Amino acid sequence: MPTLTIDDIKVEVPEGTSVLNAARQAGIRIPTLCHIEGRDPIGACRVCLVEIEGARTLVASCSQPANEGMVVHTTSGKVREGRRTVVELLLSEHDGDCQVCARSADCELRNLALELGIDELRYQGERTARTIDTSTPALVRDTGKCIMCRRCVTVCNEVQGVGGLFAQGRGFQTVIGPAFGVDLDEVTCVQCGQCAAVCPVGAITERNQIDEVWEALEDPAKTVIVQTAPAIRAALGECFDYEPGTLVTGKMVAALRRLGFDAVFDTDFAADLTIMEEGTELLMRIKKALVDGEKVALPQFSSCSPGWINYMEHFNPELLDNLSTCKSPQQMFGAIAKTYYAEKIGVKPEDLVVVSVMPCTAKKYEAARPEMNDSGVQDVDIVLTTRELGAMIKQAGIDFRGLPDEQMDAPLGISTGAADIFANTGGVMEAALRTAWAIVTDGASFPFPDLHVKPIEGLEGVKTATLKVTGAKGDWAFLEGADLKVAVAHGLGNAQKVIDQIKSGEAEYHFVEVMTCPGGCIGGGGQPRFTTDEVRQKRMEAIYREDEGRELRQSHENPSVCALYEEYLGAPCGEISHHLLHTKYAEKERV
Amino acid sequence: MSGPPNEGHNEGHHPADADQRTIDLKESDMGEEVRQCACCCEEASEEELLERLDAVIDEYQDKPGALIPVLQMAQGIYGYLPEATLKHIATRLRKPYSEVAGVVGFYSFFSTVPRGDNVIRVCLGTACYVRGGKAVLDAIKSRLGIDVGETTEDRVFSLEVARCFGACGLAPAMSIGDEVYKRVRPSRVPEILAKYRETAPVEEGALNVAG
Ligand code: SF4
Ligand code: SF4
Ligand code: SF4
Ligand code: FES
Repeated sequence: MPTLTIDDIKVEVPEGTSVLNAARQAGIRIPTLCHIEGRDPIGACRVCLVEIEGARTLVASCSQPANEGMVVHTTSGKVREGRRTVVELLLSEHDGDCQVCARSADCELRNLALELGIDELRYQGERTARTIDTSTPALVRDTGKCIMCRRCVTVCNEVQGVGGLFAQGRGFQTVIGPAFGVDLDEVTCVQCGQCAAVCPVGAITERNQIDEVWEALEDPAKTVIVQTAPAIRAALGECFDYEPGTLVTGKMVAALRRLGFDAVFDTDFAADLTIMEEGTELLMRIKKALVDGEKVALPQFSSCSPGWINYMEHFNPELLDNLSTCKSPQQMFGAIAKTYYAEKIGVKPEDLVVVSVMPCTAKKYEAARPEMNDSGVQDVDIVLTTRELGAMIKQAGIDFRGLPDEQMDAPLGISTGAADIFANTGGVMEAALRTAWAIVTDGASFPFPDLHVKPIEGLEGVKTATLKVTGAKGDWAFLEGADLKVAVAHGLGNAQKVIDQIKSGEAEYHFVEVMTCPGGCIGGGGQPRFTTDEVRQKRMEAIYREDEGRELRQSHENPSVCALYEEYLGAPCGEISHHLLHTKYAEKERV
Repeated sequence: MSGPPNEGHNEGHHPADADQRTIDLKESDMGEEVRQCACCCEEASEEELLERLDAVIDEYQDKPGALIPVLQMAQGIYGYLPEATLKHIATRLRKPYSEVAGVVGFYSFFSTVPRGDNVIRVCLGTACYVRGGKAVLDAIKSRLGIDVGETTEDRVFSLEVARCFGACGLAPAMSIGDEVYKRVRPSRVPEILAKYRETAPVEEGALNVAG
């Protein structure tokens, strides 16, 4: 355990710790542009320079191991001048325009330039070649603003296992992007937006659809309703300087009303509906396999996360039958809104505009899929990310922090705590288990303290649990004594590990939950920046608090969902459900 | 700010190693051989070419750092690296296509367009470099309007650089196909090229000045 001195503070760190992390441990902040926590340093940006006594030149602290007796200075004149030069050189090539850049509020390059007191550009370089890629519904890439930090490459390749982005070409002509500089829609990008979440500048951003929402709101012929995903309430506050993990559900509802939506609803409602469908589907699959001896695809994979669906279509098409046929909550909401609800309020589906607020860029893609128009028109019209909603509230001049707490509207705003936890990795599984248990045992209480299945909660990449069924009744009596095996993965790289286990026969599961983004939706590609593990943890805790604060915490208790079945759908997985709430996916090109 | 692509960090080796391997497997040793094989067999069919490529992939598949040698052999087999071949390699090696493309684009000896009928190699070994090899190269580049690793639109010429022909005493040297030219002066470049192309295209700019 080497001990070193950083700015006169002595720190002892484990062997192999970088000087950067040692400094962080000592509470000293060193700026970084390319570094990503938990990943090997790339050493591309060099803004993390520090002075180490005895070294001839300044050293990049992210890739320098801390050694015994090292004396490090992080604020000396030499260091400041070194970092300044690095940032000035970046700016000299940067083809950007801060006043009109989507990132100006939270751009790491701009903030660094401010912080280092750069008020003139001493170098004039050739500008990075600019091409703007608008090929996908989810993302916009602007290569002129790219500073080649390669965070996106690391995330796309190492975390998501997709590998859509790499350095292309060489020398000054290098571009970070898809193969040979083609557009993103020509490679296997799953549109998760994790690249946009880590990009320090405005080189990859979500496709901004705020103006489309304003236009709909201002059209007197349209009824415009909004649904907000479970993960928004635990993160939107960060756009208004609340601490990560602050729940702002009530203010969010108030803000949406002031923006002019005709009704403020909750994707949580549809999450409860999803559990009814997906839980029933799982039990039916197991019954077919065990009782009827039919060949069915098991394990069943969850299907709420559109990036994951895209990933399966590209990379594991032979397992598409294992995906639950349930649409995601966003799409179930759209289909129900434009049929059941539209009929209820006497509005034609084509005059009803459904806006979603999602933590996710892939949801923009999902809403535009040709499969998603079972109401007869496109089920969900416009998808905003959490960041876009934050920006829209600011555009309207609303004082978010001063808003009162308000309630969602009925009926599509009524939900339970089981729906809240859809936001966290492990949450869909836990919610499904709560309800499946009730179905199998005819309402016996769920055998976990406070309804939480602890082994599948938290930030570990792959989590598993086994439930022994006791008290099975009626149709489900055959399950008595059975071991129900489940697995939970978040981040597509982790998901592939589970898939490989399943393919090789190394592990057997009945149900597998996958969320595309690390941490689940709370860590989505459309959430306020910057999402670190600490932020993920705080948002997750907030979501569990939201769940625990509810009177109703199991999806089958949702009165609006029960009414929907009685008045309209009949039974879960019945005929109308099948038409409106279920779908199928098809193989896509592997490269 | 633009180092080599992080090819193969999955296998935990550095691009520097990849470079090393490249040198071990210089085209003149292997790629050439395979290509010649392709020539003797006269018009190998697409399937036969694919079979050969698959045999190469089978051999390298489980070895770390397989990508660069496989690309080199593929270029030997096809003469260049067509898109479909790159996608095939990406699929079989379970590498992202964007990564494969990044590696192909980083090294100048990989070409994604068919090579010209006449491959020009300009020696930039020490002796040739010192005695004006660079000037010869520049003369060819501006005459043909292509860069190293590129092919003229009419596919008559491709341009490459070489390390050493063993003609150091008569530097600077260059070769076109099997023919070696020694003590080349930049001013002789048009004349040499003309032997291979009936009428070298007259640069538009030059015409304007003349007219
Ligand atoms: S990316 Fe950052 S520095 Fe560049 S124009 Fe946008 S705000 Fe300014
Ligand atoms: S959206 Fe996701 S898959 Fe697509 S390039 Fe970005 S990180 Fe990769
Ligand atoms: S796109 Fe963004 S994250 Fe990717 S290399 Fe460029 S600046 Fe870095
Ligand atoms: S953070 Fe150290 S080089 Fe970029």
